[in-house]
Amino acid sequence: MERRIRLAQTIDWWIVALYLIMIIFGWFNVYGASYDYTQTTFWGFEYRSGKQLIWIACALVIAGSILLIDGKIYEQMANLFYWAMLLVLLVTIFIAPNIKGSHSWLVFGPISFQPAELAKLATALALGKFISKTGFSMGNRRDALGAIGLIMLPCMLIILQSETGSALVFFAFFLMLYREGLPGVFLMVAACMVVLFLIIVPLSDLPVYHNVGSLGFMLAFIFILLVVMGCVIAYESDGTTMLHILGGTVALFAIAGLLNIWFDVQYQIFALIAVIGTAIYLLFLFLYRSKRSYIWVALFAIGSVGVSFSVDYFFDHILEPHQQTRIKVVLGMEKDPKGVGYNVNQSKIAIGSGGWVGKGFLNGTQTKLKYVPEQDTDFIYCTIGEEHGFVGAAGVLCLFGLLFYRIMRIAENQRDTFTRVYAYSIVSIMLFHVLINVGMVLGITPVIGIPLPFFSYGGSSLWSFTVMLFILLRLDMTQKARFR
Amino acid sequence: MINDELQNRKYVIGGLIALIILIFIARLLFLQVFTERYKESAEGNAFLKRTIFPPRGLIYDRFGKLLVYNRPSYDVMVTMKEVTSLDTMDFCNTLGITKEDFIDRMSEIKDKKINHNYSPFTPQVFVNQLLADDYARLMEKLYRFPGFSIQQRTIRDYAYKAAAHALGSIGEVSRTTIEKDDYYKMGDYIGITGLEKSYENELRGEKGVQIMLRDSRGRIKGRYANGAYDEEPIAGKTLRLGLDIELQMLGERLMNGKRGSIVAIDPSTGEILAAVSSPTYDPTLMVGRQRSAMFKELNANPNKPLLDRTVMARYPPGSTFKVANALVLQQNNIINGGTRYPCHRGYTVGHFHLACHAHASPLDLYGAIANSCNAYFCAGLRAMLDNDKYKNITEAFNIWRSDIMTFGFGKKLGVDLPHENGGNVPTTKAYDRVHGKGRWRSLNVVSISIGQGEVVATAVQIANLCATVANRGYWITPHMVKYIENQPIPEKYKEKHTTAIEKRYYDVCVRGMEMAILGGTAKGGQIPGIEVCGKTGTAQDPPRKDHSVFMGFAPKVHPKIAIMCIVENSGFGATYAVPISSLMIEFYLRRKISPQRQELLDRMASTILIHNYGTQNKISTDN
Repeated sequence: MERRIRLAQTIDWWIVALYLIMIIFGWFNVYGASYDYTQTTFWGFEYRSGKQLIWIACALVIAGSILLIDGKIYEQMANLFYWAMLLVLLVTIFIAPNIKGSHSWLVFGPISFQPAELAKLATALALGKFISKTGFSMGNRRDALGAIGLIMLPCMLIILQSETGSALVFFAFFLMLYREGLPGVFLMVAACMVVLFLIIVPLSDLPVYHNVGSLGFMLAFIFILLVVMGCVIAYESDGTTMLHILGGTVALFAIAGLLNIWFDVQYQIFALIAVIGTAIYLLFLFLYRSKRSYIWVALFAIGSVGVSFSVDYFFDHILEPHQQTRIKVVLGMEKDPKGVGYNVNQSKIAIGSGGWVGKGFLNGTQTKLKYVPEQDTDFIYCTIGEEHGFVGAAGVLCLFGLLFYRIMRIAENQRDTFTRVYAYSIVSIMLFHVLINVGMVLGITPVIGIPLPFFSYGGSSLWSFTVMLFILLRLDMTQKARFR
Repeated sequence: MINDELQNRKYVIGGLIALIILIFIARLLFLQVFTERYKESAEGNAFLKRTIFPPRGLIYDRFGKLLVYNRPSYDVMVTMKEVTSLDTMDFCNTLGITKEDFIDRMSEIKDKKINHNYSPFTPQVFVNQLLADDYARLMEKLYRFPGFSIQQRTIRDYAYKAAAHALGSIGEVSRTTIEKDDYYKMGDYIGITGLEKSYENELRGEKGVQIMLRDSRGRIKGRYANGAYDEEPIAGKTLRLGLDIELQMLGERLMNGKRGSIVAIDPSTGEILAAVSSPTYDPTLMVGRQRSAMFKELNANPNKPLLDRTVMARYPPGSTFKVANALVLQQNNIINGGTRYPCHRGYTVGHFHLACHAHASPLDLYGAIANSCNAYFCAGLRAMLDNDKYKNITEAFNIWRSDIMTFGFGKKLGVDLPHENGGNVPTTKAYDRVHGKGRWRSLNVVSISIGQGEVVATAVQIANLCATVANRGYWITPHMVKYIENQPIPEKYKEKHTTAIEKRYYDVCVRGMEMAILGGTAKGGQIPGIEVCGKTGTAQDPPRKDHSVFMGFAPKVHPKIAIMCIVENSGFGATYAVPISSLMIEFYLRRKISPQRQELLDRMASTILIHNYGTQNKISTDN
């Protein structure tokens, strides 16, 4: 009796309410999206909407059970759970059947299950445990590498399952790491890598002039030089060195321009020489003038050159053609409304035709008539946009915003690091899902098949997000009870 | 807390989340609210607008007999994407086509150069206007031929195999029309000839539309919003004609084996009672799939059965034109009823001689009309053209011309049949061109006094002259349609056109025309008990035989029918045109032919003057 009163008093009702609103609204949209004009009933279990109802019922049972289990168990069992999960991921690679090219589903008779979903939870818990240990500091290289390793291990295994979409989700943990003290420089480096990617992929095959050189590489190297110059100013306020680098670069390009009168000059080679020369110059300054930060800037310069070449190689030789095309479509390199662009184009049409308030429940024509693919799973947001318009679609985003706010509020109120790390982990994961899923449907991020939390059809994702969320609620309750 | 200085990073993370959500909301606003394109694409995607063709308007005769109606026809449609495992031999046998036909047709459908709107997802016409037998045979087996379906259309059918020219026909709309008028789409029907053409806008109705939902693979999934936005087709309007179909059929029977035409008008209203153009053809054969073959065959026939001789053929009006001249000469005080001119088997001035037939001489105007004296009208016209009261011949001729044109000669009357010809009344300029300015004399143009030479008229213009005389001074533009459902006929078919001639001069002509029947050239036109007035004509058509022409009206008082008949290249007016017209008048006024004249009817109907009559064997001759 006492326990039940405490539950009512300590649980975060905001989150419970948001959760219920989302799964109920989500269910209606699954019903709408999978609705066929021949369908007569809401409940038939031969329909997707009927099955989703079972998944929801199970999810509620799971949620209830989690609230009843002692919250301490998660911290205690975190490592065991994590390593067991890795084992399962490893085994899955070998025993999972090939479903649409990926080996990520374990099939038990009528039930199939994707271990990658639970791996996110296991990783979140393990990270919580690792980071909350006494004396942990992100500034400590061993600790930082350890945390990154915990993230990358399952990520690698999932890549081996050819489930790239789910693997990418693990990069979301870096947002949590940032909160836990990952130096901002990492994010800066990551941002630079993204910029390099965006320069190299679309431009590397374009010539600088006529048919000579590579515009992408030239611009990438110039970009690296600019960042290096920025760093020199930012870390050492060393205007002289910056001018030396700038002068050297300009001089090199002048020579290249001069040579161009007689030969066809590969400008990107001169840009490369400028970068390498700069790196050597910085190393020299590090060795003889004891400017410590220059070793890192030099390493950054060299590393970026390496990244530039590997991005090109990675994109052209490692990525599958269909993945290349998806990226090309988003980068505007290819227009292909009937091919790969078809899905995104149709989803934009569906959403765009919704207007302010939408066409009304079950009145969406684009989703009903199967113009939009995967409309009840990855493209569920289309149905929302078409049938409930701007109001519904923006409303869903606001619901997520509110949910993230509540979770972050819980996180910041924790006295114990484990729960905070865990809370930030699930915010990061959900944010990543929303970012990629909604972005894909709106045509601003590449088509990566990951579900929209609480909305997309399917038991695996619903259950795993439910478990994540309610474990957080349970952990929060435990703390509130303890410190009351 | 060790992480205190990191607390502020929650603002960075919160800001990032807010930024993402704001970017998405902005994108949503752009897509959903500020861009119209996606809404249009969505409609184009999902809505298949299926045209519902309205039934074309029905056509009735003046007594309410149904003439033209609609009959279902069936187009075989093919949806290429759905054609799987077709037993081609079985299919071809069922449709009665060869395998080569099948292959040709399929590749024709797929060829975007020929079939611009081709899509493998939508039904394309494979064979149109299937015959009922083939349709029944195909329906039994249709389930065996996936991808093939039937589209029901309507085609025209005719209760009487008559009045083919006037009723006209429909056919597939031409590409040029589609480009000009966006009502029409490829494969629609449109009136091509006759009333179907002139009343196309009334007969066609308004197409309806059914908005169907089409899924991403082109399959129809039902009706949009349960048909709330569908538009019902509006049926075409019914036409009630002035035409008397039985009179028309009698006319066609009488004209059997002859070239020429008959136009009968109700003088008091201008309604056309019969419009016979001979040779004619069976309208039921100009329907459906055999239309193009029939058209080719008829088009190649030297007797031009496709020509609507009632409004399109240019005839010399011959002696019927003397009546018009008699009226104009009286009005201008050149002659009066008592004026006499001599005739010695013709009109002779110096070396000029224009022959006439034997009759008493000199004749007054009554006798000249009754006996169709050529010399009288030559002398009369010359008396006008050379009259001192006019400044010169040009002024005199222009007065004559403008008076003549008040009868409706020389320009299109405005009959509601397409391709009407205006005929010709010569101008002084035309003579100036031929003879040199001021170098022509009255004798040069004298042949127009007897309806020859440069004067050209259509059958309906001559019939209109007759109606004008019957009305003693006015005419109403001849027209086919009595009324259009829920809509008055145009004002122009009610307006009385008065001529330049006073009524008393008409009385002289009417008396002359009565005398022609009673004892003149048109004696054969007598009908016991009916006072008929008429004027024969023997229009020269050198080097061929003369046209036999007659115009007449009856009864003399309160005329009910004014008729004109021309039998091309058959000889004297009295030989064919008079008896044919009198039978027509008798039938129209009495609804039957008296037994003693039955023999005349049979003789006329069985006289074959031309060979290669075209579709004569295909024409029903039983009345």
